Amino acid sequence: MGLSINEVSVVYPAADRRPPVEALSRINLTIEDEEFVVALGASGCGKSTLLNLIAGFLAPTSGQLVLDGAAVSGPGADRAVVFQKHALLPWLSVLDNVAFGLQIQGISKATRYETANTFLGMLGLDGFQDSPVYKLSGGMQQRVGIARALTCDPRVLLMDEPLGALDALTREKAQELILKIWNDTHKSVFFITHSVEEALFMGTKLVVMSPRPGRITHMFDLPFSRQFLNGTPARTVKASPEFIGLREDVLKIIFADEEAAA
Amino acid sequence: MTQEPAPAPHRAPGMIARLSRARPTKPGEIYGVPGQGNTLWLSALSIGLFLFIWWLVTFMGWVKPLFVPSPMAIVHKFLSIWDTGFTGTPFLEHVAISTARVFGAFILACVIGIPLGLAMGMSPVMRGLFDPPIEFYRPIPPLAYLPLMIIWFGIGETSKVLLIFLSVFAPVVLGARSGVKSSAIEQIHAAYSFGASRWQVLRYVILPSAMPEILTAMRIGIGFGWTTLVAAEMVASTKGLGYMVLSASQFLQTPVVIMGIFVIAFIAFAFDLLMRFIERRLVPWKGKM
Repeated sequence: MGLSINEVSVVYPAADRRPPVEALSRINLTIEDEEFVVALGASGCGKSTLLNLIAGFLAPTSGQLVLDGAAVSGPGADRAVVFQKHALLPWLSVLDNVAFGLQIQGISKATRYETANTFLGMLGLDGFQDSPVYKLSGGMQQRVGIARALTCDPRVLLMDEPLGALDALTREKAQELILKIWNDTHKSVFFITHSVEEALFMGTKLVVMSPRPGRITHMFDLPFSRQFLNGTPARTVKASPEFIGLREDVLKIIFADEEAAA
Repeated sequence: MTQEPAPAPHRAPGMIARLSRARPTKPGEIYGVPGQGNTLWLSALSIGLFLFIWWLVTFMGWVKPLFVPSPMAIVHKFLSIWDTGFTGTPFLEHVAISTARVFGAFILACVIGIPLGLAMGMSPVMRGLFDPPIEFYRPIPPLAYLPLMIIWFGIGETSKVLLIFLSVFAPVVLGARSGVKSSAIEQIHAAYSFGASRWQVLRYVILPSAMPEILTAMRIGIGFGWTTLVAAEMVASTKGLGYMVLSASQFLQTPVVIMGIFVIAFIAFAFDLLMRFIERRLVPWKGKM
């Protein structure tokens, strides 16, 4: 089953003396069960538009998105989103933030706190239940966001540059944590990033996109996250010749797009 | 103060130098955010200086008591009015009546204005309908439409409370309306992605994130309310602080005028302190994320 995107285009209509903009052109992509799909591309290539389509915040101009046999027609708890930032609710404690999705769904306080506590433990946030979220570091805030997304047991986890605002060291640790959680929870993931290294390390499938119009130009199957989960240290994976070779190939593709734009 | 040379390192900085800086500069803070530092002592100094000059001017007889009575004369007047009342009405009744007018109008303005402002922020229809009348009357001084209030609503309580209400209403509506925009699109999307309804998004995301702006608007609003009080009590009043000030001024009872002004300022300030306290308790996260 999984999610399939069939011939999806998004066109923003013409507005004050600007011609219509084709943000996405005839996208075809499937996200199988337990697959970790990473989207990469120069800015303006429509990665975020694609994520917003899958999340249901945006409707396609043409084409169709199908999740487990049913057409996607709006946001729903089967597709949880982890945002880059600003998505937590500062007036709620860490525990209430994580339990927020369940609260929306009308789950009783005791049950939703129990579920929230499970995921807080999984993300190493035990003991921070009552902390105000605005007092946490960026890395911890992002873990709260991930825990919140997991509580409603989504089919697909959508991550919109979740690590983009973190410092390099925190970012690498967070990558490893996300891979472990993905491995434990068996979710499908659609992950957007600007970092080629992050894309190669995390994904099982890499989608490279190009701008004007936004489209998928290359797809790669990736072995690296499996290597890490099978016990190879992250730095060893990232320093292997295959990893570095592919990294340079992908960088060439993206730089070519950037130059074409300039 | 920037002209003053820094005190030599071998001696302790003088009194003036210490007062001129609110607090000794910490390392690394010289190029920090402008305007930081505790101002309590400087504020106390400013008030003390004001009282001293006032006392000096009256004590030396530079200005006639009719124009500026001495501070002690104000205190004596306050005590005598506290004991015997003003124009036959006990002092606290004047206070109570004015406070009731201002707070009655304030509560009414909040109860109607906050939901209306939120609705205007949420819906283009509501914004389109209510924006013109509010923007039309907002810049008009209450004194200008006071005669209309009297013609339409008479000289009773209605026109007084309505006048104060109108002056509080506009800032409260505008604050609630712009508060709607303070939630990030990510927060709203997060709620929708959990299956939230429009109502739940309003209740759990938009309303809480608008709270800081609503509270600020309420503080500004009640300020306008006190400003309008005297205008409202110009009309056929026999009680109230505004009436007390106006009627005393007609009989050149300057101490009463000044005393009334201080009482109004004190009540308004006390309420503002309360609002700041509520703000700290209710929205400690304000500006933090």
